[in-house]
Amino acid sequence: MKTPKVLIDYKLCKRCGICSHFCPKQVFVCDELNGAQVDKEEDCIACEKCVIMCPEMAIEIITQKEE
Amino acid sequence: MKYTGKKFIKKDSLPFFWCAGCGNGIILACLVRAMEENNFTQENTVIVTGIGCWGKADDYLNTHTFHGTHGRALAIATGIKLAKPSLEVIVLVGDGDGATIGGNHLIHAARRNMDITVIMSNNLNYGMTGGQYSGTTPYGSITSTSRYGHGEDEFNISELVKAAGAAYVAKETIANPLRLQKFISRALKKENGFRFVEAMSICPTHYGKENRLGKAAEMIEGLKKNSLKIDLIKDRRIDELTAKIIVGEYIDREVDGYIKRYREIQKKAQNKK
Ligand SMILES: Cc1ncc(C[n+]2csc(CCOP(=O)(O)OP(=O)(O)O)c2C)c(N)n1
Ligand code: SF4
Ligand code: SF4
Ligand code: SF4
Repeated sequence: MKTPKVLIDYKLCKRCGICSHFCPKQVFVCDELNGAQVDKEEDCIACEKCVIMCPEMAIEIITQKEE
Repeated sequence: MKYTGKKFIKKDSLPFFWCAGCGNGIILACLVRAMEENNFTQENTVIVTGIGCWGKADDYLNTHTFHGTHGRALAIATGIKLAKPSLEVIVLVGDGDGATIGGNHLIHAARRNMDITVIMSNNLNYGMTGGQYSGTTPYGSITSTSRYGHGEDEFNISELVKAAGAAYVAKETIANPLRLQKFISRALKKENGFRFVEAMSICPTHYGKENRLGKAAEMIEGLKKNSLKIDLIKDRRIDELTAKIIVGEYIDREVDGYIKRYREIQKKAQNKK
């Protein structure tokens, strides 16, 4: 399977750290200065936990099928 | 994901006005996904809010909306539903708005079984005005109006609304958004009566900070840790339930609903002439 794309909309992200805390695969790194950054996209399993937990609707996961 | 609910969101109005890590965005996302799941449309839906941080949710929705007054959202929603019963009326209230200042409206709308759905965000305080205690603030909590610890016990709002006679009552925390969405979806699907979903949420800015509960992610972990499913409580001693959040469906029963009863009365009155 091609790795999913993990997209963060930085116009919406408020750097709360929820996505990086709840991602089961540690795909994100997050600090208060830079907010959430996609670090290990290749580990993403497209579970969408980050999408449903992000309070800003800022994350989108694009899987191969949808492309 | 099958349902995103994004078609109900006014993209131009984003980002939300809420603080970083506020639970409101998670609840709103659950609501719009549940609306999509139930084939709601912009045209057939009216979102009525009270006042508060959660009460700002209507700013981001492209359905019909009515930004009501503090504590009075249910009276407004009742009027809208009675004027045009074909509309789906969803009411968004906070614990301060819906259970404290508007608590009387809540129990009577439930008793009447007004045919509307209420989604309450319970973040244990009045967020918008600076974190004062509300009717759901737990005993001992530090808030801006209880500097030495809150001296009162809190309501279990879901228990109260169930006792008042509501058709459907459920509670879930934002730590489990898919289950919260499921309960909202079931509430929306029901045709008659008063439906109430209590979303246990977080206010990291006030309640979280005052009570040293950590950042948003830690607070959400706390909700998860303190949750106990309703079907498991009968085996527990009462003291084991203190400080627990009892989650699940409190009641799901068939009722006539107010609109049906009201129509029957109208018919009787007409025949009398
Ligand atoms: C009649 C009236 N009294 C008081 C206020 C001030 N006020 C605005 S929001 C609010 C509390 C809202 O708290 P809650 O419902 O818990 O919502 P939250 O902000 O926590 O989401 C109060 C007291 C008001 N707007 N109108
Ligand atoms: S959960 Fe959303 S808002 Fe919070 S840091 Fe991640 S992307 Fe940003
Ligand atoms: S989809 Fe799942 S694995 Fe991928 S980034 Fe989001 S939470 Fe992590
Ligand atoms: S004050 Fe509390 S409830 Fe209001 S937006 Fe901030 S975190 Fe959310």
